[in-house]
Amino acid sequence: MRRLSAMPDDVEDLVQESLLAIHNKRHTYNRTQPLGAWVHAIAKYKLVDFLRGRGIRESFNDSLEDIGELFAYSNVEAAEARRDIMKLLDQLPEKHRMPIIYTKLEGLSVEEAADKSGMSESAIKVGVHRGLKKLSAMVSGK
Amino acid sequence: MKTDDLISMLATGANHESAGSAWRRLMLGIGLGMIGSTFLMVKAIPVNPALGAVIQLLEFWEKLGFAASIAAISLLLVIRLSQPGVRVGKALPVLMSPILAIWILAGIAFAGAEPGHRAALFFGNTWKVCPILIAMLATPVFATTLWGMRELAPTRLRLAGAAAGMFSGAVGAVVYCFHCPELDAPFIALWYLLGMLIPAVTGALVGPRLLRW
Repeated sequence: MRRLSAMPDDVEDLVQESLLAIHNKRHTYNRTQPLGAWVHAIAKYKLVDFLRGRGIRESFNDSLEDIGELFAYSNVEAAEARRDIMKLLDQLPEKHRMPIIYTKLEGLSVEEAADKSGMSESAIKVGVHRGLKKLSAMVSGK
Repeated sequence: MKTDDLISMLATGANHESAGSAWRRLMLGIGLGMIGSTFLMVKAIPVNPALGAVIQLLEFWEKLGFAASIAAISLLLVIRLSQPGVRVGKALPVLMSPILAIWILAGIAFAGAEPGHRAALFFGNTWKVCPILIAMLATPVFATTLWGMRELAPTRLRLAGAAAGMFSGAVGAVVYCFHCPELDAPFIALWYLLGMLIPAVTGALVGPRLLRW
């Protein structure tokens, strides 16, 4: 982050390079895949390629976590996250998905969610717990 | 150029590549590569004259199944690694399962053999040429697979190159099955695997250079 903000022209180049890559490689996007992950992978590839091309050796001494942080400052992140989460949620079974949508996304209480879905309160709690566990497994790629 | 100008230029641009065409090109490339490998086998190292009899043996199908399953799993890896942000998932451990299976068969054959006969199970008569010939038969598929992948967007170039190499090596081994007179599992477990690893390692080495976009 600090390295890149020291060279604003390069940042602009890199943004343009990434946009162009996203445009030219848009045929590799698969509709069932979270869009955020696809865009992120291309941008990260272009960043690593750029750093390597510049011969900025110290970039390899930092972990890729640092690079990940770069993308975390995007102001549209919330909207992107919502779109991706819906895609991942679709892959969960109904009994896990509905409790998560009611309690986590719509902000209902466990009681209200139980009423609305016709499931028992304990089923809602279990569903949320197991569902979130599965989601985090999907996101971390296990 | 200002980023906003670039965006409007891209958004209004008419050039359009349909999603299917790059994949079709990859598959076409792989198909042509396979024809090339087969042609190379028939011309350079002829089909096993005893193939008609060998084809009726279970060992032949074990050998073919081993090579073909590695080819199928590595093709899946090639496809996944050609798309940005697509997870490799369990394909890597699954790739190990045919290798494990042939090593178990090799262990059984080894344990059941007479002590004096065991070395022959590993070395057969053709161990010196087997890996080299498999690697040679792999080259057409290796080249066309890398060519096809360039049209897509691999982001982990070393791994993508290795997957392309493993795939071409396994296809080379499938083709080589129709020439190779060896049938013992220990021979397959060692020399066939080595033959596939030659292009796989080559792929890992050249991937970052050849697959860059």
